[in-house]
Amino acid sequence: MTGKVFKEGGHLEYAIEAKGLSKSFGQHIAINQLDLQIPKGRIYGFLGPNGCGKSTCIRLLTGLLEASNGEVNILGKPLLGNEESLKQRIGYMTQKFSLYDDLTVKENLSFVGAIYGFTGKQKKARINELLSLYDLEKQTKQFAGSMSGGQKQRLALACATLHSPELLFLDEPTSAVDPENRREFWERLFDLCDAGTTILVSTHYMDEAERCHALAILEEGNKRADGSPQQLMEAMPAKVVEVSGDNLRRLKQNLIQHPDIMSAAQIGAHLRVLVKQKVANPLRFISQLSDGRVAVLARPSLEDVFVACTGGRHVD
Amino acid sequence: MWIRIYAVFIKELKQLSRDKMTFGMIVMIPLVQLMLFGYAINTDARHIPVGLVDLSQTSESRAIEQAVMATQSVDFIARYASIKAAEMAITKGEIRAVLYLPVDLPRRLFLHPSYDHMQMHSALTLPIGQWIVDGSDTVIASSIRVLRNMPLDEVAGHEVTQTSASFEVVQYFNPEQRTVVNIVPGLVAVILTMTMILFTSAAIVREHEHGNMEFLITTPIRPMELMVGKITPYVIVGLIQVAIILSVGYWVFSVPIKGGLFSLFCASILFIFASLTLGLVISTVVKNQLQAMQMTIFILLPSILLSGFMFPYDAMPVAAQWVAESLPVTHFMRMIRAIALREASIMLLGKDALWLAVFTIVGIIIASLRFKKKLE
Ligand SMILES: Nc1ncnc2c1ncn2[C@@H]1O[C@H](COP(=O)(O)OP(=O)(O)OP(=O)(O)O)[C@@H](O)[C@H]1O
Ligand SMILES: [Mg+2]
Repeated sequence: MTGKVFKEGGHLEYAIEAKGLSKSFGQHIAINQLDLQIPKGRIYGFLGPNGCGKSTCIRLLTGLLEASNGEVNILGKPLLGNEESLKQRIGYMTQKFSLYDDLTVKENLSFVGAIYGFTGKQKKARINELLSLYDLEKQTKQFAGSMSGGQKQRLALACATLHSPELLFLDEPTSAVDPENRREFWERLFDLCDAGTTILVSTHYMDEAERCHALAILEEGNKRADGSPQQLMEAMPAKVVEVSGDNLRRLKQNLIQHPDIMSAAQIGAHLRVLVKQKVANPLRFISQLSDGRVAVLARPSLEDVFVACTGGRHVD
Repeated sequence: MWIRIYAVFIKELKQLSRDKMTFGMIVMIPLVQLMLFGYAINTDARHIPVGLVDLSQTSESRAIEQAVMATQSVDFIARYASIKAAEMAITKGEIRAVLYLPVDLPRRLFLHPSYDHMQMHSALTLPIGQWIVDGSDTVIASSIRVLRNMPLDEVAGHEVTQTSASFEVVQYFNPEQRTVVNIVPGLVAVILTMTMILFTSAAIVREHEHGNMEFLITTPIRPMELMVGKITPYVIVGLIQVAIILSVGYWVFSVPIKGGLFSLFCASILFIFASLTLGLVISTVVKNQLQAMQMTIFILLPSILLSGFMFPYDAMPVAAQWVAESLPVTHFMRMIRAIALREASIMLLGKDALWLAVFTIVGIIIASLRFKKKLE
């Protein structure tokens, strides 16, 4: 911990700053001493398995939950005491669909528009703009409850961005969406980002995490690593070796027994092995262990980083 | 602020109009209750199945049987040779009572004071017959007790001077009319309590359960705006119900509204708001819709029992009166009965009206304060 103190009014260049953010539910610590610095105009990712505290963290940052400990500054203002005024400036797309199933697409948008103070022509224009942007023009009269996962998610994004927030929270926005629609969705996110919106998105998909400008890997409420995908891959405390040959399943069982091997996972005809940093020559090390099968060094992927950081393997 | 209240109002109204079940309940609850209380639940029982033990077998005994049948209170469905056999039938539940006519019936009839006033002071005033009644059901028992003083002019074949006992009968038979007159306005109060609290007590928890709340509280909406917007559609619902009950009461049961419609409208509006806010307060306390339901019943029971709907307020112990005073329905019960039955105007009922208004304001404030824009 660097002991850096918050200045009065916070840092303007950060959309989100958190220090020592903690949250416990009874005995259970859901978020543990989280420090975050998310610059404005970026897409920042929370990557982590189920139950690691992604949603809880977002709820803390939006002011929906009260932190047990720690300070949060949102858009340069302390969150505590400014929750209501910040609500005009942030948007939140919940993990579970939180619009009204028994209202139509248009009625949902109209309701949200009115809540944010839009009226008359201005509201109509904004709704039409969103309907065409998120390709919902054919569904205007359809009940939200009867739409497909992808359509629901586009409607939710339209509602969350209706008031053009400066900061957008997206909690696992693409969990019910096919890869094609997911690409589309990310196009929209980059559009928003280009327009100056800061986006915080949680996910457990590696490919999504890789699209973020920067991300934090969360596990059991702790931040295991953070930085850009590139930085994370470079700074990974392990080497990646790919072994090919036969009887890979048996080999895997043997390899994971070794204390210097973090993990081994079969990917097609290869066995992808993470070897601890301290091993000087990982290729020779693996060759010896695998009876002379072919071993090559491979470029680390985000998944490797994730595996190396989580499951108790981050501690040496 | 008004934009947001209006937005919530429209949203609730649309959801309500799409919820066929709830929509049906709005109309069906008043109608069914009105029919139940108006027709079925009658403290004056009719066509009770009874038996007859006729030991005299004379024309007089047949005349008495006819006269008793003519009251429509009872139907003779069986005859028994002896009291023993009839008692057996009562025990089995086949009949609810038995009329026993003794062998010396003609003599008793002749000597009975109500048969001939000349005999009024006769020393011999034996009853002409005997009713043996299943006393376990008090309503039936009292209906038959009424027959005790049945006038016997038809049996005598000539007009009999009314005795004081016959007046008693007249008093007994009147309540049928009076009960309905009293029940219909009271029913307005009970039904409004039930539906208004029922609909709103689930209002906030439903948003939580459907996951809408998590989004809603990240918007700039204020608790007060949400509360007011949510209850307003139900004011309309409440007024529709008042109209249904009172017009059915008027057309079907001929219960007039003596006081002014304006007074009636004001009193109803005040009570509807008070009930809705009570529902809202419940809604901010409970954790799910089931609990909301239980709380509603918890409020509903004293509302029916203590408000003066079932039992006269003045006859209740002081402690019960205190509880009754704290319920909005007691105040409304007083107001609507005064307006509908005694031609009172809202001006004369200032104390109760003020009480409902204060209850509403305090309720809305409590609900808004209790409603935190937090998830926990
Ligand atoms: N209201 C609550 N009361 C008690 N425990 C809670 C509460 N909310 C969350 N938790 C616990 O906190 C932990 C983190 O939950 P959270 O919902 O933040 O996970 P997540 O990362 O969003 O998971 P997922 O990917 O499944 O959505 C879990 O162990 C969960 O059981
Ligand atoms: Mg989650």
